[in-house]
Amino acid sequence: MNSAVELKDLKKNFGKTEIIRGVSLDVKSGERHAVIGPNGAGKSTLFNLISGRFLPSSGAIHLRGENITGLRPFEINRRGLSRSFQVTNIFPRLSVWENVRCAVLWSKGYKYSFWQNIDRLEDVRARTAEILDQINMTARAQTPAGVLTYAEQRALEIGITIAGGADIILLDEPTAGMSRSETEHAVALIRKVSEGRTLIIIEHDMGVVFDLADRISVLVYGQILATDEPVKIKSNQKVQEAYLGAAGHD
Amino acid sequence: MSETTKAIPMASETSMAARFKRYGIWIVATIILLVAPYIFSSGASITTMCLMGIMIVFALSYNMLLGQTGMLSFGHAVYYGLAAFATAHMMNWVIKTGAPIPLPLIPLAGAAAGLFFGIVFGAVSTKRGGTAFAMISLGLGELVYSSSLILRSFFGGEEGISADRTKLLRFFGYNFGSQIQVYYLIAAWCLLCVILMYAITRTPLGRMCNAVRENPERVEFVGYNPQFVRFIAFALGGLFAGVAGSLAAINIELAQASFVGAAQSGAVLLAAYMGGVAFFVGPILGAIIVTLLSIKLSDFSEIWVLYFGILFITIILFAPYGLSGLLMMHAQFWRGPLSSRIARFGKLFGSYLVAAIPALIMILGAILLIEMIHHIVQKSAEGPMMHFLRSSRFTVNTHTALPWVGGIVALIGGFFAFRMTWPVVAKAWNNALADAQRSGA
Repeated sequence: MNSAVELKDLKKNFGKTEIIRGVSLDVKSGERHAVIGPNGAGKSTLFNLISGRFLPSSGAIHLRGENITGLRPFEINRRGLSRSFQVTNIFPRLSVWENVRCAVLWSKGYKYSFWQNIDRLEDVRARTAEILDQINMTARAQTPAGVLTYAEQRALEIGITIAGGADIILLDEPTAGMSRSETEHAVALIRKVSEGRTLIIIEHDMGVVFDLADRISVLVYGQILATDEPVKIKSNQKVQEAYLGAAGHD
Repeated sequence: MSETTKAIPMASETSMAARFKRYGIWIVATIILLVAPYIFSSGASITTMCLMGIMIVFALSYNMLLGQTGMLSFGHAVYYGLAAFATAHMMNWVIKTGAPIPLPLIPLAGAAAGLFFGIVFGAVSTKRGGTAFAMISLGLGELVYSSSLILRSFFGGEEGISADRTKLLRFFGYNFGSQIQVYYLIAAWCLLCVILMYAITRTPLGRMCNAVRENPERVEFVGYNPQFVRFIAFALGGLFAGVAGSLAAINIELAQASFVGAAQSGAVLLAAYMGGVAFFVGPILGAIIVTLLSIKLSDFSEIWVLYFGILFITIILFAPYGLSGLLMMHAQFWRGPLSSRIARFGKLFGSYLVAAIPALIMILGAILLIEMIHHIVQKSAEGPMMHFLRSSRFTVNTHTALPWVGGIVALIGGFFAFRMTWPVVAKAWNNALADAQRSGA
């Protein structure tokens, strides 16, 4: 299988503080890959490096074999990698419809056009409607995103992330802060939208992780302790000591 | 059709009603612009309307940055002023060479100049948003203003560059010697620019400008470069500011250093903010009112700038979305059968009237006190008698107690009476809201 995202001895330090201390990881095309680890392990920093939000201190990031180290977020996004955020990151005073539409525009090739009426772009309209339908928010299309409930904002966050049709999707704790039923709903949504794509997901809810993931990487203090299939991770002695045991207290 | 599908904007509205909804407003605007000089036909009115038209274009171009893209500029007059100079030079060149270019096409030169400087300075200043952008705009404004006093050949020093607009090739027999001909030239360009700027808000770029205003970081993760979005918006803002500056130069046949100055940059900021930057119509309202006030207020008082400042602060404090925001707050009451709408607005405006009377007394009291203080401090040589609001009918003796006591009583008494009307307005507001919700359901 081809690799979708490959990290080569990636390091990131802020001043003297090392957050990512040499991570090498090969996420295969089409797999659902979960990244777990205790708080402060560097999971979100890892996402920030892959998506171009931070520059790595050393090491390299390859996207389908192409070196994307040092590219800016929009350049990486245009190459088919899209991400969501742990803290909801939407356009609060724009409607739900506008939020999703903004995320559709580039992928449809309209770029910085200021000569086309946006309401007449049939392909953009159709794609936006399709995404709203997928995230179950058609009825909320005209609502300003800022007044949605928390769970709705999380769903919109996923909608914005998938709207551009990226085939590699990074989701940062998509179910954090959700009730049980909301989580179930979100997992079903994630399963649906990641069909036929590569998914990398940071998640604290072990139920979600073992339910969804094809493979799991355990990140502890900026290093990968193990990468394997869920059953093998579960029985891995090192992982249990470092993380799963401790996580039981949550 | 179910409620859910209705929520999605339809791709193409083809019914007559929808067509009228889309174009009707522009037809109405065209008619207003055409007939306005017949209703306000005095020379002073036409001159005022010319200034309004110029300010509308300028304020809307400013709002492409502030309201649409979230860029607070303190130097927007740079593009307005440089385009005005470019226009004056262009006109003189056309006159000298006899090039077959009529006056109505000259604003294109202003547009080109505005766009050019928008691109040059925008390339520097739009690298950053927020406070950094605001500071760079301030610096660029000062830079260009001080250059205007140094580079005398281009800026013409103190006198500026003058150009005779009547010496160009005649346009269907018109030489634009009279103000009314200039009015129609400005009105036509104003309408064209307003339509274009409105259309731009409804394009992919226009919507991404809003997204950059809301959350520039997230924009980067949906494939857009927020710096480039800002840059294009800035360049286009420069283009339309250039048209406004060009019209200004044509209007007074002169381009001066003050055109690029901080006062001009401040005026457009005031106009946009007073009108409200959140709605497209806001800066239009603001431009009309600021132009009107800056001409009319000086008829009543020497210290009108003070009142203008107080008014601005009042609007910022109590109506942060500006005048258009206040108007839009009333849109929610405009539902149900027509008779109930009229009854609802009648009751609401009745309560406003109740509040307006003591408010007016309070304001007059304050103005009387301010004017008397100004008279005593600045004009003691003229003696104790003062013409209130420059009216010969209301003469006040500032050395007697009566006007002072009267002013204080009106100010304080007016305030407390005004304060007592607030619950009346609040109640009327809530009633109107409840009534509108009932009839909307």
